[in-house]
Amino acid sequence: MKEILFHFFAALTLVPAFFVATSRKPVNAAMNMMLSFVGLSAMFVLLETYFLAVLQVLVYAGAIVVLFLFIVMLIDAGKSPQPNIIRFLASLAAFALLVFGGYTLVFSGGAGPFAEISTESPANMAQNFGTLLFTRYLLPFQITGFMLLIAMIGVIVVSKGPEEENEGGAE
Amino acid sequence: MIIGLEHYLFVAVLLFSIGFFGVLLRKNTLVVFMCLELMLSASILALIAFSRFNSTPSHPLMEGNLLVLFIIAIAACEVAVGLAIIVALWRRNQTVELDEITELKH
Repeated sequence: MKEILFHFFAALTLVPAFFVATSRKPVNAAMNMMLSFVGLSAMFVLLETYFLAVLQVLVYAGAIVVLFLFIVMLIDAGKSPQPNIIRFLASLAAFALLVFGGYTLVFSGGAGPFAEISTESPANMAQNFGTLLFTRYLLPFQITGFMLLIAMIGVIVVSKGPEEENEGGAE
Repeated sequence: MIIGLEHYLFVAVLLFSIGFFGVLLRKNTLVVFMCLELMLSASILALIAFSRFNSTPSHPLMEGNLLVLFIIAIAACEVAVGLAIIVALWRRNQTVELDEITELKH
């Protein structure tokens, strides 16, 4: 059962990712990116890392994709020109070759040294994250908070534009 | 067949290479940026898989998972700043195609 789920979610991660890299319209690319991130968070669930799966859906599939869609709407990015059909087919063929070659190579080798999961996942509860985050990794946590503040201020300064920025410098 | 570490790493490698070639070959700045995000999430998947398969009950490896937590936070910052830069670029040049931005070339 888990093998079938793994293959399904791997396909759900990789096929939309390929369409992100090849789609002509940025809107289609953003929607495919959302699908790909949902598949990726399902793979986190398969790895029993539930907290990061939730975080992946919230931050990536929620906030970041919405931000991308907002910017696509704002700047009115048009279609890319029609790609050369031969080049598109060649890239598709190369990708398919990579997938199937790697697939046979990886999946025919039998069980690797790490194939058996016997232990419980270290990150199956959010409590584990909280305990470490507020004791041993408190300083990086605080620095990340400041990083978010710096990014916010930087975005405001960048998006204000050059003329307002000059006024701000003269004050 | 049991799904092991190498299978997750295979998915991560494929996702990373899709993102990498997208960054190299695409000309639209927004799509390039999306492919950058794909590369980041591929590295996240590899980190979580390594952390999951190498931990033992006596020595649980939380470091990989915490690194992923910080990567997600920094990626959110990076997307915000990068998109602001793209908007500034659009205001200045009225284009986001990388072929048409040639100010440093001449």
